[in-house]
Amino acid sequence: MTSESVATRPGIDLARIRAWLPAYGVYAAIVLLVLYNVAFTPNFLAWSNLRIQLIQVAPVVIVALGMALVIGTEGIDLSVGSVMALAAALIPLYLGYGVVAAILISLIAGVLVGLVNGTLVARVGLQPIVATLALFVGGRGLALVISGGQLKDIRNDDLIFLGSGDFLGLPMLVWIAALLVLVVAFIVRRTVFGRRLLAIGGNRPATELAGVPVKRVLITVYVICSVLASIAGLLAVARIQSSDASAVGLLIELSAITAVVVGGTPLTGGRVRVLGTVAGALLMQLVVATMIKHNLPSSSTEMVQAAIILVAVYAARERKSR
Amino acid sequence: MTPIVSDPEAPTAAVAADVRRAERTDRIVSLVQRQGALAVLIVVVLVAAASFPNFRSFDNAATVLVAAAPLALIALGMTFVIITGGIDLSVGSLYVLGGVVSAYASQWGLLPAFLAPLVVCGLVGVLNGILIAYTRMAPFIVTLAALLGARGLMRAISDEGSTTYLVKSDAFRSFGTGSFLGIGYPVWLVVVVFALGMILLARTRFGHAVHAVGGSEDAAALMGIAVRRTKVWVYVMSGLLAGLAGAINAAKLGSGVTVLGIGLELDAIAAVVIGGTLLTGGAGTITGTIAGVLLLGVIQNMINQVGNVPSSYQQLISGAFLAVVVVAQTYLARLRRVT
Repeated sequence: MTSESVATRPGIDLARIRAWLPAYGVYAAIVLLVLYNVAFTPNFLAWSNLRIQLIQVAPVVIVALGMALVIGTEGIDLSVGSVMALAAALIPLYLGYGVVAAILISLIAGVLVGLVNGTLVARVGLQPIVATLALFVGGRGLALVISGGQLKDIRNDDLIFLGSGDFLGLPMLVWIAALLVLVVAFIVRRTVFGRRLLAIGGNRPATELAGVPVKRVLITVYVICSVLASIAGLLAVARIQSSDASAVGLLIELSAITAVVVGGTPLTGGRVRVLGTVAGALLMQLVVATMIKHNLPSSSTEMVQAAIILVAVYAARERKSR
Repeated sequence: MTPIVSDPEAPTAAVAADVRRAERTDRIVSLVQRQGALAVLIVVVLVAAASFPNFRSFDNAATVLVAAAPLALIALGMTFVIITGGIDLSVGSLYVLGGVVSAYASQWGLLPAFLAPLVVCGLVGVLNGILIAYTRMAPFIVTLAALLGARGLMRAISDEGSTTYLVKSDAFRSFGTGSFLGIGYPVWLVVVVFALGMILLARTRFGHAVHAVGGSEDAAALMGIAVRRTKVWVYVMSGLLAGLAGAINAAKLGSGVTVLGIGLELDAIAAVVIGGTLLTGGAGTITGTIAGVLLLGVIQNMINQVGNVPSSYQQLISGAFLAVVVVAQTYLARLRRVT
């Protein structure tokens, strides 16, 4: 008798479930929750309801994609909410020069924030949580200074179309988010950059020795994350049809990190699950929606979210421990 | 061992001078790193005193101190957690939860108003600590979940934040608003707690264990330190102090306010980091944390003195300040390693 035969006992194979759960548990949870809702929630399958859910989850998905890349390098980006606010504050200022100009400006702001974050992390060598904390605090302040702390209405039809329009029956927001998911999935799976990003998260010294320009890759990752956040920011403005720098993207860093973690991406880096991240965001959205539909108070929603995070991380923990 | 240098005179003198120089650099760098925040605080206070006549008044100083009291307590707990190499994101929520629980419990008198938040927030700290120490989950994630959970709990007991419990106990209320020698009671409480914290960190076996765990968990375990127990205790302390901070705030405001505390955990981390405690763990001082907290408080006060300046500028300045300090510290740390 060897240990192998012990491992393959008849019946339920615990080890395999343990390996399977963190990676695919989120999909199983979504299926269960959807089935439950189909059975017990009236009008759950109504198109208007699904539409609202998708529109609400889109910004979180976009921010979480960037967060997943950063977490893949064993980093974290707390500044995403502030970047959204910054993008939101800049939009009304430059809308007079046309939609394209306004969007470009807010994307450039995202690039700049990403450069600062990336430089602090990669070149100065700060811990990501501290490096991005500075812009988490300062970024929203800057956004409020730019906007003068005022709420501004947006009346540009092109921009509003991005936020509330439809294309082929689906909201533009969903199309944009889906496109970005494909782009990020492609980057992670099919490009050299994606490989290098994962290598840095897996073992940075070894990656450096292998001749990978680690600092440049890291800075690029933070830039991508910030740009995605500024896209989410301008889409939020387009959807609400007003720019409120004090409210846009508030606490979204927590939702994004939650989506990434629940989706099976380990915080220790070296692996990014893009579809898992999307599923993580969808699951959290479904949980909230289910509880609202059943008239449960939002306080219990938060506690359930907390429990889901803990379960997801606990399940993932087994794989990493050697 | 045979002496390597046969003629001891010239070479050893040169080596000794080298060593002395290296030691001196090391001392200066370490001093700046540890007491830099204090130096900056003194400069900022002098500048403020010179530019704003009102800043110099005793009343204003007392105001700064009272306003800084809750953050100071939270930052103290955070200092212990960060020295062990961890982080506690739940303190902002616990602070609010503690305030609401305290205001609710004040109907039974002064003592329950203090004890109830300590019990509730301490229990959350126990949960944090056990999950982090025994399941080896990342502190960042565990306390993030606790942030959500504590906020949910707070909302649940305040009917989704719509019920504001007023402080019923007059004794408790007067603790928050009264003063001794012109300085509010909360400040005196904070002074006592900080003195205890300093003794705990510098003079007790627990303090040594905290440093050792942050320096190297494996080495600490080999030294016979109860690593897990130490970790649990720092999170319990952090929870207790956040609860106490909430109680103080409830006493000051006369009610358990449900909307405060968002981002307070990050303010506390900022204060600790500005104070020279390294996020990598193993090193840190409580005096630095005091300086960090006061620095944030004085900056806010200065901005209030200028008047008409929106609070957004304060966030901007705090953020910039934090960036400068951490970058400077990283360079100092590197300088130390090189020499």
